[in-house]
Amino acid sequence: MPDAHQKTRSFVAHRIQSAPDKGITTVMTRSDPSHPPKIRMRDIHFSRGDRAIFDGVTIDIYPGKVTAIMGPSGTGKTTLLHLMTGLLKPNSGQIEVNGASITALSEAGLKRVRRHMGMLFQGGALFTDMNVFDNVAFALREHTDLPESMIRDLVLMKLEAVGLRGAQQLMPRELSGGMARRVALARSIALDPEIILYDEPFAGQDPITMGMLVKLIRLLNDTLGLTSVIVSHDIMETVEIADYIYLLSEGKVVAEGTPDHLRHSASAHAEQFMHGKPDGPVAFHYPAPDYYQELMHNDKDT
Amino acid sequence: MDFLGQIGRSILQFLTALGQASLFLLLALLTKPRLKSFRLLLKQFYVVGVLSLPIIVFAGFFVGMVLGLQGYTVLVKFGAESALGQLIALSLVRELGPVLGGLLFAGRACSALTAEIALLKTTEQLDSLRLLGVDPIHRVIAPRLWAGFFCLPLLVIIFNMVAIYGGYWVSVDWLGIDSGSFWASMHHSVDFREDIINGIIKSMVFAIAVTWVAVYQGYVAVPTSEGIGYATTRTVVYASLMILALDFILTAVMFTGLK
Repeated sequence: MPDAHQKTRSFVAHRIQSAPDKGITTVMTRSDPSHPPKIRMRDIHFSRGDRAIFDGVTIDIYPGKVTAIMGPSGTGKTTLLHLMTGLLKPNSGQIEVNGASITALSEAGLKRVRRHMGMLFQGGALFTDMNVFDNVAFALREHTDLPESMIRDLVLMKLEAVGLRGAQQLMPRELSGGMARRVALARSIALDPEIILYDEPFAGQDPITMGMLVKLIRLLNDTLGLTSVIVSHDIMETVEIADYIYLLSEGKVVAEGTPDHLRHSASAHAEQFMHGKPDGPVAFHYPAPDYYQELMHNDKDT
Repeated sequence: MDFLGQIGRSILQFLTALGQASLFLLLALLTKPRLKSFRLLLKQFYVVGVLSLPIIVFAGFFVGMVLGLQGYTVLVKFGAESALGQLIALSLVRELGPVLGGLLFAGRACSALTAEIALLKTTEQLDSLRLLGVDPIHRVIAPRLWAGFFCLPLLVIIFNMVAIYGGYWVSVDWLGIDSGSFWASMHHSVDFREDIINGIIKSMVFAIAVTWVAVYQGYVAVPTSEGIGYATTRTVVYASLMILALDFILTAVMFTGLK
């Protein structure tokens, strides 16, 4: 047994320590037929009450890539992540993760699929009754029979990877927003997932933390061989690390392509979003009756 | 016709909610116990039970004292003040203990349970558990449910004991009733099975009802600050009303026909 533990320790340590040397690389082309998509979403329709959130969305997430899903606030980007993880079910359409149709899976089947996924929630979603160490150790304690000494080593490695080994005894309430997100990142990679989903990882972060997160996401993706999905509306940071971008608006994918392709795209949606124009296909004004008519009508009433 | 349709819809909504809540309870109760669950259960015993003790002891003592005073003012007119022990004990073990203990538990522990679970939902901690392959019903709901089931009957027993002591203190030390006749009247009139056991059964039924309401309301709360407020209010209102309604039914079944 000690030999097996030693092997695992040195293997994980090697993967983490060698991370900075590997740099940012693209391991394969997007449509490599030998590598089917890790996540396939086909013609997804989803609504909340009477409001349609998605109206025929089709998305492919390829292995080894950082895929960004972008779009204005309220377009359902987070909902899309919840659909990918099976936390929500679409009204119609197909979602496959690693070839398994998650729309047809039972809760036990979903649990198996989720073992290969990690998710970084927007607020971190750290367990507030546990310290940083226990948060990261949580999944290892729940799903493995590793001895506590081994769990300790693994947790320290994950925390070292996000630069927070020294914060292991702090409680979530003692962490800044950026630190909480890095701890959540360490927790989401604790079981070495194949797919990792990031929900607005840069929202509300200071420039230093943002730069750190950008570097970490790309680094973890490339060194651990992950497949990453980022949901964000922070253009600069996301474009810096994304291999492929889907642009969502009004319940549909309105543009898609590499960051360069979208920057120079003739699509009105892509142009408005990538260049941050206040008006365009996504109107500045929420639909309303005629302004003049409404004011005049109000005057008559009073 | 619209009116009839509305009634029909309301009944269907109620039955759907009842079905969902029952399924939820069943899932939580059928949780396979593990060593880790036992540790979580112990923690909830502390949170739900031990932290409710001060309010139970404080309220119990004052309720007992008030019973002593009120009972004395009535009984003394008939020269029956020696039956004060009987009055205090029967009132407490049959009715006031379970009902007031339950209401205090609903206000103190159940509201906290609902707010905590709803906050876990709002901060995405329940979703986070699901994604880490852990069922929140097993990990979060089940220990709180079992803790509530066990703690309320114990708290009611403590409430009764403290309240009887409060009554004794007012009756004997303050109003000068003979200590021996106080305990003797209690001893002769209180039946262990019909009074004490029935009172404990009442508290067990209340415990199941109010804890179920509390954890379910927290679990289905709308994940916003407003939603947490509404869920907590609903828990206190529903739990209190359920205690009063169930008390009537249980009293009718248990004590009708008793001398």
